Amino acid sequence: MALAKLKSDTTEARLAWVTLPTGAAWANAARADAMARVREMGLPTKRDEYWKYTDPTSLTDAGAGKAALFHSDEAALFDAVDRVRVVFVDGVFDAEASDDLTAEGLEIERLADAMAADIHWAKDVYGVLEARGQKPVERTLAALNTAMATDGVVIRATAKAVKPVNLIYLHRDETSDAVLHNLIKVEAGAEVTLLETGPAAARFSKQLEVDVAEGGTFHHVRAQGRDHERRAVTHCFARIAAESTFKSFTLTFNGVLTRNECVLEIVGDDATAHVAGVCVGDGKDFHHDDTVFVTHDAVNCESRQVFKKVLRNGATGVFQGKILVKEGAQKTDGYQISQSLLLDDDSQFLAKPELEIYADDVACSHGSTSGAIDETALFYLRSRGVSHDDARNLLTLSFLAEALEEIADESLAEELRDRLEGWLARHR
Amino acid sequence: MLEIKGLEVKLEEEDKQILKGVDLSIEPGMVHAIMGPNGSGKSTLSYVLSGRDGYEVTGGSATLEGQDLLDMEPEERAALGLFLAFQYPVEIPGVGNMTFLRTAVNAQRKARGEEELSAADFLKEVRAKAKSLKIDADMLKRPVNVGFSGGEKKRNEILQMAMLEPKMCILDETDSGLDVDAMKLVSEGVNALRSEGRSFLVITHYQRLLDHIKPDIVHIMADGRIVKSGGPELALEVENNGYADILAEVA
Ligand SMILES: Nc1ncnc2c1ncn2[C@@H]1O[C@H](COP(=O)(O)OP(=O)(O)OP(=O)(O)O)[C@@H](O)[C@H]1O
Ligand SMILES: [Mg+2]
Repeated sequence: MALAKLKSDTTEARLAWVTLPTGAAWANAARADAMARVREMGLPTKRDEYWKYTDPTSLTDAGAGKAALFHSDEAALFDAVDRVRVVFVDGVFDAEASDDLTAEGLEIERLADAMAADIHWAKDVYGVLEARGQKPVERTLAALNTAMATDGVVIRATAKAVKPVNLIYLHRDETSDAVLHNLIKVEAGAEVTLLETGPAAARFSKQLEVDVAEGGTFHHVRAQGRDHERRAVTHCFARIAAESTFKSFTLTFNGVLTRNECVLEIVGDDATAHVAGVCVGDGKDFHHDDTVFVTHDAVNCESRQVFKKVLRNGATGVFQGKILVKEGAQKTDGYQISQSLLLDDDSQFLAKPELEIYADDVACSHGSTSGAIDETALFYLRSRGVSHDDARNLLTLSFLAEALEEIADESLAEELRDRLEGWLARHR
Repeated sequence: MLEIKGLEVKLEEEDKQILKGVDLSIEPGMVHAIMGPNGSGKSTLSYVLSGRDGYEVTGGSATLEGQDLLDMEPEERAALGLFLAFQYPVEIPGVGNMTFLRTAVNAQRKARGEEELSAADFLKEVRAKAKSLKIDADMLKRPVNVGFSGGEKKRNEILQMAMLEPKMCILDETDSGLDVDAMKLVSEGVNALRSEGRSFLVITHYQRLLDHIKPDIVHIMADGRIVKSGGPELALEVENNGYADILAEVA
């Protein structure tokens, strides 16, 4: 078959550049398994069903390409938050710039250290959740990340963590090609907030595997950007146990290509899983893709997917979201909304919402809309003295409100709202 | 205050003339009322004065305190002191009523070169004014007009007017949808704002409102023109006999 040939050629061309890192026996095995998955599935091409709207070529190419650095005089995000900072420069851990990695309720280690240890809890998570998330949809770039990654952090929450952990991804080298892999294990009843900020690299492959045990709570707030030419493919695989809570929010500014995949598997009863995102993009070069897959495999669980995109000057937004309710997953409450606000006729939003349900006592809904600014509301605001641009921005923020409300911590939400206001004010 | 001369307006998208030469002059401190059959152009007049898209002025002029209104953006007209209480107030999901009010008040202050109202002063003023219109704290928190009843929306319009303190207030059927008590509240709200330097143009179908807000002059609009003007007794005549006699008389 021509496609199979194309895929294996693409895959082998890419793998020619890859050397697998070595560590403890289990780590070497995990990497070898991942490499086998890569070969078996093949890297994506634009002819794959799940890459119909987003061309993966620049993500699978051997070289990273170039991305100019973005200079901003704004303060770093979450600067005022009391947090543990873990800094990576172009995908390499920077101990100097990072805080001391000890924090109450948390165990934080470098991935390389964990992968070198003969006995480590990471063995039950690293590449394990990723492998579970390869069915029914293949995510080969995630397997490649598992095989290649040398850096990242592994975090175990053993109690309610006092401070959030902030992974800060700095971009200093115009051609950097970074691969990071992070693990989070939230023990029963424990709680942690993970913040991720920064553009990271010219090309960034990042994976997060999150294992939330019974009654655990995981909050995730991420801001990607703002370098215009950067490319990123990120994966989040989560296993969500009974009575636990998983909440993830991502804000994306700029970027020529961002593909954020989030694969959530709810395996215990009475759990909650929310994933939300806002992206704002300006210009023909902007392409942002949210691909989400939520599996309900337990009773009485709630999931929400809330994605909002503001697109202007020919920008492109993609949403592929699925809720799969397995047999026996009764009393599932699944919600999915994806909406775009198109600020001109050139921008486009491509959406593929899907529901697949094998249980009879469930309430699932999904909706997708694409529209312009409400002219009547705009006039109403202006008739009260609000300028055209301010009125448009106010309506834009109100369009985004439902997604921003998914951030549990109001002060974090407020900070992101301020950044959004700034972005809107700069893009008139 | 407001000076309209021979104003002719058609729809932008269609070849349909709606206003066919409107003349109207309102002195400071005066209350004028406009009555007229459905579709005669009353709302169109109010929209054109406040700058809504979709209309094309084909003749005539409109000035507020000597300044040409028709050339201005809607927000400039508002900053100059023009206010329209909408016949159908607009719902804005996601924008809190409080945020909306504060943004509007401060935008106008800024446009006029005045200092912004402090959060505390603003809150105090809103609370007092909302209370007199029986708008509770919950309504202030909710998104603008979303889930408000018809009467609540109209009261919310008057609250905005009270906060913005415009010079020229146009009320388009503010009485429709109001119960008897709400009508009194709204009228009291309007009457409290009456002053030497402020004028009102009240569009209504019913004499009832004019019992509370006493007009100095009443105009009858028909088919895009003001066909008759007179004192408050003109409204009574409409109430008792409808428009037929008046229209026959001017025809
Ligand atoms: N945007 C529009 N598109 C089509 N027709 C319009 C539009 N705006 C106004 N019209 C028409 O113009 C005429 C005047 O409408 P307008 O709303 O001004 O009347 P009105 O006097 O306020 O009526 P009412 O008493 O029912 O509120 C009507 O025939 C109406 O259908
Ligand atoms: Mg009308």
